[in-house]
Amino acid sequence: MSSTVSILPLRVQHLAFEANGTQLLDDVGFTLEAGRRTVLLGPNGAGKSLLLRLCHGLLRPTSGKIQWSAGAQRATRQQAMVFQRPVMLRRSTISNITHALAVRGVAREKRKARAESALEIAGLAELARRPARLLSGGEQQRLALARAWATEPDILFLDEPCASLDPAATHYVEALIEGFHADGTKIFMATHDLMQARRIGDEILFLHKGRLLESGDATAFFVQPKTKEGRAFIAGELLW
Amino acid sequence: MDTFVTAFAEAGALLVSFDLGFLSIVGLSMRISLTAVVLACLIGFPLGAIVALTHFPGRGAVTLLLNTFMGLPPVVVGLIVFLLLSRAGPLGVLGLLFTPAAMIIAQTILVTPIIAALTRQITSDLWIEYGEHLRSLNASPLGTVVTLIADARYSLATVVLAGFGRAIAEVGAVMIVGGNIDHATRVMTTAIALETSKGNLSTALGLGIVLMALALAANAAVQLINSRAQRRAALA
Repeated sequence: MSSTVSILPLRVQHLAFEANGTQLLDDVGFTLEAGRRTVLLGPNGAGKSLLLRLCHGLLRPTSGKIQWSAGAQRATRQQAMVFQRPVMLRRSTISNITHALAVRGVAREKRKARAESALEIAGLAELARRPARLLSGGEQQRLALARAWATEPDILFLDEPCASLDPAATHYVEALIEGFHADGTKIFMATHDLMQARRIGDEILFLHKGRLLESGDATAFFVQPKTKEGRAFIAGELLW
Repeated sequence: MDTFVTAFAEAGALLVSFDLGFLSIVGLSMRISLTAVVLACLIGFPLGAIVALTHFPGRGAVTLLLNTFMGLPPVVVGLIVFLLLSRAGPLGVLGLLFTPAAMIIAQTILVTPIIAALTRQITSDLWIEYGEHLRSLNASPLGTVVTLIADARYSLATVVLAGFGRAIAEVGAVMIVGGNIDHATRVMTTAIALETSKGNLSTALGLGIVLMALALAANAAVQLINSRAQRRAALA
Protein backbone atom coordinates (compact mmCIF):
# COMPACT_ATOMS: atom_id res chain seq x y z
CA MET A 1 0.00 0.00 0.00
CA SER A 2 2.82 2.40 0.80
CA SER A 3 4.89 3.67 -2.08
CA THR A 4 8.20 2.30 -0.80
CA VAL A 5 9.34 -1.30 -1.20
CA SER A 6 7.25 -3.74 0.82
CA ILE A 7 8.53 -4.99 4.16
CA LEU A 8 7.38 -8.47 3.11
CA PRO A 9 8.03 -11.34 2.98
CA LEU A 10 7.98 -12.14 6.68
CA ARG A 11 9.94 -15.22 7.67
CA VAL A 12 9.15 -16.92 10.95
CA GLN A 13 11.45 -19.73 12.04
CA HIS A 14 11.34 -22.11 15.00
CA LEU A 15 9.24 -19.64 16.95
CA ALA A 16 8.49 -20.60 20.54
CA PHE A 17 6.85 -18.81 23.41
CA GLU A 18 6.70 -19.91 26.98
CA ALA A 19 4.96 -18.29 29.92
CA ASN A 20 5.05 -19.45 33.53
CA GLY A 21 6.52 -22.77 32.51
CA THR A 22 3.81 -23.49 29.91
CA GLN A 23 4.80 -23.88 26.28
CA LEU A 24 2.19 -21.78 24.45
CA LEU A 25 3.83 -21.86 21.01
CA ASP A 26 6.30 -24.47 19.87
CA ASP A 27 8.53 -24.57 16.79
CA VAL A 28 6.26 -22.48 14.56
CA GLY A 29 7.63 -21.63 11.13
CA PHE A 30 6.11 -20.09 8.01
CA THR A 31 6.64 -17.39 5.40
CA LEU A 32 4.17 -14.64 4.59
CA GLU A 33 4.41 -13.28 1.06
CA ALA A 34 2.74 -10.08 -0.10
CA GLY A 35 -0.57 -10.37 -1.88
CA ARG A 36 -2.49 -13.40 -0.71
CA ARG A 37 -4.81 -13.18 2.28
CA THR A 38 -3.58 -15.45 5.03
CA VAL A 39 -5.97 -16.73 7.66
CA LEU A 40 -4.64 -18.09 10.91
CA LEU A 41 -7.20 -20.69 11.86
CA GLY A 42 -7.62 -22.67 15.03
CA PRO A 43 -9.81 -23.25 18.05
CA ASN A 44 -9.82 -20.97 21.09
CA GLY A 45 -6.59 -21.23 23.03
CA ALA A 46 -4.57 -22.48 20.05
CA GLY A 47 -2.19 -19.51 20.34
CA LYS A 48 -3.51 -17.43 17.41
CA SER A 49 -3.58 -14.07 19.19
CA LEU A 50 -0.21 -14.81 20.69
CA LEU A 51 1.30 -15.60 17.30
CA LEU A 52 -0.09 -12.37 15.81
CA ARG A 53 1.30 -10.34 18.71
CA LEU A 54 4.72 -11.95 18.35
CA CYS A 55 4.80 -11.23 14.60
CA HIS A 56 3.64 -7.66 15.20
CA GLY A 57 6.33 -7.14 17.83
CA LEU A 58 4.07 -6.64 20.84
CA LEU A 59 5.69 -9.63 22.54
CA ARG A 60 9.18 -11.09 22.45
CA PRO A 61 9.53 -14.77 21.59
CA THR A 62 11.25 -17.13 23.99
CA SER A 63 13.20 -18.46 21.03
CA GLY A 64 13.09 -18.44 17.25
CA LYS A 65 13.30 -15.77 14.58
CA ILE A 66 10.90 -13.23 13.09
CA GLN A 67 12.54 -11.62 10.08
CA TRP A 68 11.13 -8.91 7.82
CA SER A 69 12.80 -8.48 4.47
CA ALA A 70 13.01 -4.74 5.10
CA GLY A 71 14.66 -5.08 8.50
CA ALA A 72 13.03 -4.59 11.87
CA GLN A 73 13.37 -0.79 12.02
CA ARG A 74 11.36 0.00 8.91
CA ALA A 75 9.04 -2.97 9.39
CA THR A 76 7.63 -1.66 12.67
CA ARG A 77 6.45 1.51 10.95
CA GLN A 78 4.71 -0.22 8.07
CA GLN A 79 2.40 -2.58 9.84
CA ALA A 80 -0.83 -2.16 11.74
CA MET A 81 -2.97 -4.30 13.98
CA VAL A 82 -6.69 -4.38 14.72
CA PHE A 83 -7.67 -6.09 17.94
CA GLN A 84 -10.69 -8.16 18.86
CA ARG A 85 -11.84 -5.40 21.18
CA PRO A 86 -10.95 -2.16 19.39
CA VAL A 87 -8.96 0.31 21.48
CA MET A 88 -10.85 3.61 21.32
CA LEU A 89 -9.06 6.70 22.60
CA ARG A 90 -11.18 9.09 24.65
CA ARG A 91 -11.38 11.44 21.70
CA SER A 92 -13.60 12.12 18.74
CA THR A 93 -13.82 9.60 15.92
CA ILE A 94 -11.63 11.67 13.60
CA SER A 95 -9.13 12.47 16.38
CA ASN A 96 -8.61 8.76 16.89
CA ILE A 97 -7.22 8.69 13.36
CA THR A 98 -5.29 11.97 13.40
CA HIS A 99 -3.67 10.88 16.68
CA ALA A 100 -2.42 7.66 15.07
CA LEU A 101 -1.09 9.67 12.12
CA ALA A 102 0.65 12.11 14.47
CA VAL A 103 2.29 9.25 16.35
CA ARG A 104 3.44 7.81 13.01
CA GLY A 105 5.01 11.16 12.14
CA VAL A 106 2.64 12.21 9.34
CA ALA A 107 2.88 15.98 8.72
CA ARG A 108 0.15 17.97 10.46
CA GLU A 109 -1.31 19.44 7.26
CA LYS A 110 -1.81 15.98 5.74
CA ARG A 111 -3.48 14.34 8.73
CA LYS A 112 -6.97 15.78 8.46
CA ALA A 113 -7.44 15.00 4.78
CA ARG A 114 -6.16 11.48 5.18
CA ALA A 115 -8.32 10.90 8.24
CA GLU A 116 -11.37 12.18 6.38
CA SER A 117 -10.82 9.84 3.46
CA ALA A 118 -10.34 6.94 5.89
CA LEU A 119 -13.65 7.78 7.57
CA GLU A 120 -15.30 8.08 4.18
CA ILE A 121 -14.14 4.60 3.21
CA ALA A 122 -15.33 3.15 6.53
CA GLY A 123 -18.72 4.88 6.17
CA LEU A 124 -18.11 6.94 9.30
CA ALA A 125 -17.80 10.43 7.80
CA GLU A 126 -20.99 11.62 9.47
CA LEU A 127 -19.77 10.45 12.86
CA ALA A 128 -16.41 12.25 12.61
CA ARG A 129 -17.04 14.56 15.56
CA ARG A 130 -18.74 12.01 17.80
CA PRO A 131 -16.77 10.64 20.78
CA ALA A 132 -15.37 7.34 19.53
CA ARG A 133 -16.46 5.48 22.64
CA LEU A 134 -20.09 6.31 21.93
CA LEU A 135 -19.99 4.45 18.61
CA SER A 136 -21.57 0.99 18.36
CA GLY A 137 -19.38 -2.09 18.46
CA GLY A 138 -19.46 -2.45 14.69
CA GLU A 139 -18.72 1.24 14.14
CA GLN A 140 -15.81 1.07 16.59
CA GLN A 141 -14.31 -1.86 14.71
CA ARG A 142 -14.74 0.03 11.43
CA LEU A 143 -13.00 3.01 13.01
CA ALA A 144 -10.16 0.75 14.11
CA LEU A 145 -9.86 -0.44 10.49
CA ALA A 146 -10.06 3.13 9.16
CA ARG A 147 -7.33 4.12 11.61
CA ALA A 148 -5.17 1.26 10.42
CA TRP A 149 -5.90 2.11 6.78
CA ALA A 150 -4.84 5.73 7.29
CA THR A 151 -1.37 4.65 8.44
CA GLU A 152 -0.88 2.90 5.06
CA PRO A 153 0.52 -0.41 6.31
CA ASP A 154 2.13 -3.07 4.13
CA ILE A 155 0.59 -5.72 6.35
CA LEU A 156 -2.49 -5.65 8.54
CA PHE A 157 -2.78 -8.02 11.50
CA LEU A 158 -6.37 -8.75 12.46
CA ASP A 159 -7.09 -10.56 15.70
CA GLU A 160 -10.61 -11.98 15.43
CA PRO A 161 -11.99 -8.56 14.45
CA CYS A 162 -15.55 -9.83 14.07
CA ALA A 163 -15.71 -12.06 17.15
CA SER A 164 -18.16 -9.84 19.00
CA LEU A 165 -20.04 -8.40 16.02
CA ASP A 166 -23.45 -9.25 14.56
CA PRO A 167 -23.72 -10.56 10.97
CA ALA A 168 -24.38 -7.14 9.42
CA ALA A 169 -21.41 -5.53 11.15
CA THR A 170 -19.29 -8.56 10.29
CA HIS A 171 -20.23 -8.19 6.63
CA TYR A 172 -19.23 -4.52 6.68
CA VAL A 173 -15.90 -5.26 8.37
CA GLU A 174 -15.17 -8.05 5.88
CA ALA A 175 -15.89 -5.65 3.02
CA LEU A 176 -13.36 -3.22 4.48
CA ILE A 177 -10.80 -6.01 4.81
CA GLU A 178 -11.43 -6.80 1.16
CA GLY A 179 -10.75 -3.13 0.40
CA PHE A 180 -7.37 -3.34 2.16
CA HIS A 181 -6.57 -6.43 0.11
CA ALA A 182 -7.56 -4.70 -3.12
CA ASP A 183 -5.23 -1.82 -2.20
CA GLY A 184 -2.34 -4.25 -1.90
CA THR A 185 -2.12 -4.56 1.88
CA LYS A 186 -1.23 -8.02 3.07
CA ILE A 187 -3.98 -9.46 5.29
CA PHE A 188 -3.02 -11.73 8.15
CA MET A 189 -6.13 -12.54 10.14
CA ALA A 190 -6.74 -14.84 13.08
CA THR A 191 -10.16 -16.44 13.39
CA HIS A 192 -11.82 -19.53 14.77
CA ASP A 193 -14.76 -19.01 12.42
CA LEU A 194 -14.63 -21.57 9.62
CA MET A 195 -17.10 -19.75 7.41
CA GLN A 196 -15.15 -16.53 7.69
CA ALA A 197 -11.91 -18.35 6.98
CA ARG A 198 -13.51 -19.77 3.81
CA ARG A 199 -14.73 -16.32 2.75
CA ILE A 200 -11.50 -14.47 3.35
CA GLY A 201 -8.62 -16.93 3.22
CA ASP A 202 -6.43 -17.47 0.18
CA GLU A 203 -4.11 -19.51 2.33
CA ILE A 204 -4.53 -21.08 5.73
CA LEU A 205 -2.23 -21.53 8.69
CA PHE A 206 -3.87 -24.08 10.99
CA LEU A 207 -2.72 -23.76 14.57
CA HIS A 208 -3.57 -26.23 17.30
CA LYS A 209 -2.26 -26.31 20.86
CA GLY A 210 0.58 -23.97 20.00
CA ARG A 211 1.81 -25.96 17.01
CA LEU A 212 1.40 -25.11 13.35
CA LEU A 213 -0.12 -28.30 11.97
CA GLU A 214 -0.95 -27.21 8.44
CA SER A 215 -0.14 -24.39 6.09
CA GLY A 216 -0.97 -23.86 2.47
CA ASP A 217 -3.69 -23.16 -0.04
CA ALA A 218 -7.10 -22.55 1.53
CA THR A 219 -9.09 -24.62 -0.95
CA ALA A 220 -6.79 -27.57 -0.46
CA PHE A 221 -7.09 -27.27 3.31
CA PHE A 222 -10.85 -27.19 3.28
CA VAL A 223 -11.20 -29.98 0.72
CA GLN A 224 -8.52 -32.27 2.03
CA PRO A 225 -6.90 -31.40 5.33
CA LYS A 226 -3.69 -33.30 5.90
CA THR A 227 -3.98 -33.86 9.64
CA LYS A 228 -6.63 -35.52 11.77
CA GLU A 229 -6.87 -32.35 13.86
CA GLY A 230 -7.54 -30.35 10.69
CA ARG A 231 -10.24 -32.81 9.61
CA ALA A 232 -11.84 -32.72 13.07
CA PHE A 233 -11.83 -28.93 13.12
CA ILE A 234 -13.49 -28.68 9.71
CA ALA A 235 -16.01 -31.30 10.75
CA GLY A 236 -16.95 -29.04 13.64
CA GLU A 237 -15.76 -31.45 16.28
CA LEU A 238 -14.55 -29.71 19.37
CA LEU A 239 -10.86 -29.39 19.71
CA TRP A 240 -8.83 -27.93 22.50
CA MET B 1 -24.74 31.83 71.21
CA ASP B 2 -24.88 35.63 71.00
CA THR B 3 -21.14 35.73 70.34
CA PHE B 4 -21.62 33.26 67.53
CA VAL B 5 -24.40 35.27 65.89
CA THR B 6 -22.49 38.53 66.31
CA ALA B 7 -19.40 36.96 64.86
CA PHE B 8 -21.37 35.82 61.84
CA ALA B 9 -22.89 39.28 61.36
CA GLU B 10 -19.51 40.98 61.63
CA ALA B 11 -17.96 38.44 59.32
CA GLY B 12 -20.69 39.14 56.78
CA ALA B 13 -20.03 42.89 57.05
CA LEU B 14 -16.30 42.27 56.59
CA LEU B 15 -16.92 40.19 53.50
CA VAL B 16 -19.00 42.85 51.79
CA SER B 17 -16.78 45.74 52.88
CA PHE B 18 -13.91 44.56 50.65
CA ASP B 19 -11.44 45.43 53.38
CA LEU B 20 -8.01 45.72 51.76
CA GLY B 21 -6.14 43.87 54.49
CA PHE B 22 -8.68 41.09 54.33
CA LEU B 23 -8.49 40.89 50.54
CA SER B 24 -4.71 40.85 50.54
CA ILE B 25 -4.76 37.82 52.86
CA VAL B 26 -7.16 36.00 50.52
CA GLY B 27 -5.10 37.05 47.50
CA LEU B 28 -1.82 35.85 49.00
CA SER B 29 -3.40 32.50 49.95
CA MET B 30 -4.60 32.01 46.39
CA ARG B 31 -1.28 33.07 44.87
CA ILE B 32 0.76 30.73 47.05
CA SER B 33 -1.50 27.69 46.75
CA LEU B 34 -2.12 28.07 43.02
CA THR B 35 1.61 28.46 42.33
CA ALA B 36 2.36 25.44 44.49
CA VAL B 37 -0.26 23.37 42.63
CA VAL B 38 1.07 24.41 39.22
CA LEU B 39 4.62 23.45 40.28
CA ALA B 40 3.36 20.19 41.80
CA CYS B 41 1.59 19.36 38.51
CA LEU B 42 4.71 20.09 36.48
CA ILE B 43 6.60 17.60 38.65
CA GLY B 44 3.79 15.19 39.59
CA PHE B 45 2.20 14.50 36.17
CA PRO B 46 5.38 13.29 34.43
CA LEU B 47 6.69 11.64 37.60
CA GLY B 48 3.46 9.68 38.11
CA ALA B 49 3.32 8.69 34.45
CA ILE B 50 6.98 7.59 34.40
CA VAL B 51 6.53 5.45 37.52
CA ALA B 52 3.40 3.93 35.96
CA LEU B 53 4.94 3.15 32.59
CA THR B 54 8.55 2.22 33.24
CA HIS B 55 10.16 -0.70 34.98
CA PHE B 56 13.17 0.06 37.12
CA PRO B 57 14.66 -1.39 40.28
CA GLY B 58 12.90 0.04 43.32
CA ARG B 59 9.73 0.95 41.43
CA GLY B 60 7.59 -0.70 44.12
CA ALA B 61 9.38 1.28 46.80
CA VAL B 62 8.83 4.55 44.90
CA THR B 63 5.12 3.77 44.55
CA LEU B 64 4.90 3.00 48.26
CA LEU B 65 6.71 6.25 49.11
CA LEU B 66 4.45 8.31 46.84
CA ASN B 67 1.32 6.78 48.35
CA THR B 68 2.65 7.29 51.87
CA PHE B 69 3.67 10.89 51.18
CA MET B 70 0.12 11.68 50.13
CA GLY B 71 -0.57 11.95 53.84
CA LEU B 72 2.55 13.92 54.82
CA PRO B 73 1.84 15.92 57.99
CA PRO B 74 2.09 19.61 57.03
CA VAL B 75 3.92 20.51 60.24
CA VAL B 76 6.61 17.97 59.48
CA VAL B 77 7.05 19.34 55.96
CA GLY B 78 7.12 22.84 57.47
CA LEU B 79 9.80 21.77 59.91
CA ILE B 80 11.96 20.17 57.20
CA VAL B 81 11.68 23.17 54.88
CA PHE B 82 12.36 25.43 57.88
CA LEU B 83 15.57 23.51 58.64
CA LEU B 84 16.64 23.64 55.00
CA LEU B 85 15.99 27.36 54.60
CA SER B 86 17.08 28.62 58.01
CA ARG B 87 20.30 30.63 58.15
CA ALA B 88 22.32 27.65 59.34
CA GLY B 89 20.65 25.27 56.87
CA PRO B 90 22.02 24.11 53.51
CA LEU B 91 19.80 26.56 51.58
CA GLY B 92 20.06 29.37 54.12
CA VAL B 93 22.05 31.57 51.77
CA LEU B 94 18.97 31.99 49.58
CA GLY B 95 17.32 34.00 52.34
CA LEU B 96 13.89 32.54 51.60
CA LEU B 97 12.69 31.76 55.11
CA PHE B 98 9.60 33.75 56.11
CA THR B 99 8.83 34.70 52.50
CA PRO B 100 5.98 33.55 50.24
CA ALA B 101 8.59 31.59 48.25
CA ALA B 102 9.27 29.40 51.28
CA MET B 103 5.53 28.81 51.67
CA ILE B 104 5.26 27.86 47.99
CA ILE B 105 8.13 25.39 48.41
CA ALA B 106 6.48 23.80 51.46
CA GLN B 107 3.09 23.48 49.78
CA THR B 108 4.67 22.12 46.58
CA ILE B 109 6.29 19.39 48.68
CA LEU B 110 2.91 18.64 50.27
CA VAL B 111 0.95 18.54 47.02
CA THR B 112 3.43 16.83 44.63
CA PRO B 113 3.02 13.33 46.14
CA ILE B 114 -0.77 13.63 45.86
CA ILE B 115 -0.57 14.61 42.19
CA ALA B 116 2.13 12.03 41.41
CA ALA B 117 0.50 9.12 43.25
CA LEU B 118 -2.95 9.68 41.74
CA THR B 119 -1.46 10.32 38.27
CA ARG B 120 0.44 7.05 38.58
CA GLN B 121 -2.76 5.18 39.39
CA ILE B 122 -4.79 6.83 36.62
CA THR B 123 -2.18 6.48 33.86
CA SER B 124 -1.48 2.94 34.97
CA ASP B 125 -5.16 2.03 34.53
CA LEU B 126 -5.32 3.79 31.17
CA TRP B 127 -2.14 2.07 30.02
CA ILE B 128 -3.80 -1.31 30.53
CA GLU B 129 -6.42 -0.21 28.02
CA TYR B 130 -4.25 1.78 25.58
CA GLY B 131 -0.96 -0.08 25.87
CA GLU B 132 -1.22 -2.47 22.94
CA HIS B 133 -2.60 0.19 20.60
CA LEU B 134 0.16 2.68 21.42
CA ARG B 135 2.85 0.02 21.15
CA SER B 136 1.31 -1.16 17.89
CA LEU B 137 1.70 2.41 16.60
CA ASN B 138 5.27 2.36 17.88
CA ALA B 139 4.64 5.51 19.93
CA SER B 140 7.68 7.14 21.53
CA PRO B 141 7.89 7.31 25.34
CA LEU B 142 7.10 11.04 25.21
CA GLY B 143 4.20 10.49 22.80
CA THR B 144 2.85 7.77 25.08
CA VAL B 145 2.96 9.97 28.19
CA VAL B 146 1.38 12.91 26.34
CA THR B 147 -1.42 10.69 25.01
CA LEU B 148 -2.18 9.16 28.40
CA ILE B 149 -2.16 12.49 30.25
CA ALA B 150 -4.31 14.12 27.55
CA ASP B 151 -6.86 11.31 27.60
CA ALA B 152 -6.98 11.14 31.39
CA ARG B 153 -7.69 14.88 31.51
CA TYR B 154 -11.01 14.62 33.36
CA SER B 155 -9.63 12.37 36.07
CA LEU B 156 -6.50 14.50 36.31
CA ALA B 157 -8.55 17.68 36.70
CA THR B 158 -10.06 16.12 39.81
CA VAL B 159 -6.55 15.33 41.01
CA VAL B 160 -5.47 18.96 40.54
CA LEU B 161 -8.44 20.17 42.54
CA ALA B 162 -7.72 17.67 45.30
CA GLY B 163 -4.18 19.05 45.41
CA PHE B 164 -5.47 22.60 45.55
CA GLY B 165 -7.84 21.66 48.37
CA ARG B 166 -4.93 20.25 50.32
CA ALA B 167 -2.76 23.35 49.76
CA ILE B 168 -5.32 26.05 50.47
CA ALA B 169 -6.55 24.40 53.68
CA GLU B 170 -3.28 23.48 55.38
CA VAL B 171 -1.94 25.65 58.16
CA GLY B 172 1.01 23.83 59.73
CA ALA B 173 3.59 24.20 56.96
CA VAL B 174 2.88 27.80 55.99
CA MET B 175 2.81 28.85 59.63
CA ILE B 176 6.28 27.42 60.29
CA VAL B 177 8.06 28.57 57.11
CA GLY B 178 6.06 31.76 56.54
CA GLY B 179 5.88 32.98 60.06
CA ASN B 180 2.42 34.57 59.66
CA ILE B 181 3.89 38.05 59.15
CA ASP B 182 1.25 40.70 58.54
CA HIS B 183 1.22 42.01 54.95
CA ALA B 184 4.01 39.59 54.03
CA THR B 185 3.25 35.95 54.71
CA ARG B 186 -0.15 35.96 56.38
CA VAL B 187 -2.59 33.65 54.62
CA MET B 188 -6.16 32.65 55.43
CA THR B 189 -5.40 29.63 57.57
CA THR B 190 -2.65 31.28 59.62
CA ALA B 191 -4.78 34.41 60.03
CA ILE B 192 -7.72 32.31 61.26
CA ALA B 193 -5.47 30.64 63.83
CA LEU B 194 -4.10 34.00 64.98
CA GLU B 195 -7.41 35.90 65.07
CA THR B 196 -9.08 33.04 66.95
CA SER B 197 -6.36 33.05 69.58
CA LYS B 198 -6.71 36.84 69.85
CA GLY B 199 -10.46 36.43 70.36
CA ASN B 200 -11.18 38.35 67.15
CA LEU B 201 -13.77 35.87 66.02
CA SER B 202 -15.47 37.95 63.32
CA THR B 203 -12.31 38.23 61.20
CA ALA B 204 -11.52 34.56 61.82
CA LEU B 205 -15.02 33.55 60.84
CA GLY B 206 -15.03 35.83 57.80
CA LEU B 207 -11.84 34.21 56.56
CA GLY B 208 -13.28 30.82 57.44
CA ILE B 209 -16.32 31.56 55.28
CA VAL B 210 -14.13 32.55 52.33
CA LEU B 211 -12.05 29.41 52.82
CA MET B 212 -15.18 27.28 52.90
CA ALA B 213 -16.51 29.06 49.82
CA LEU B 214 -13.28 28.28 47.97
CA ALA B 215 -13.45 24.66 49.07
CA LEU B 216 -17.07 24.57 47.92
CA ALA B 217 -16.13 26.11 44.57
CA ALA B 218 -13.33 23.58 44.11
CA ASN B 219 -15.64 20.68 44.90
CA ALA B 220 -18.40 22.08 42.71
CA ALA B 221 -15.87 22.23 39.89
CA VAL B 222 -14.95 18.59 40.52
CA GLN B 223 -18.60 17.61 40.46
CA LEU B 224 -19.22 19.60 37.30
CA ILE B 225 -16.28 17.97 35.58
CA ASN B 226 -17.38 14.51 36.66
CA SER B 227 -20.98 14.98 35.61
CA ARG B 228 -19.87 16.41 32.28
CA ALA B 229 -17.57 13.44 31.90
CA GLN B 230 -20.39 11.05 32.71
CA ARG B 231 -22.68 12.75 30.24
CA ARG B 232 -20.05 12.27 27.64
CA ALA B 233 -19.22 8.85 29.05
CA ALA B 234 -17.17 8.19 26.02
CA LEU B 235 -14.62 10.80 26.96
CA ALA B 236 -14.44 10.04 30.66
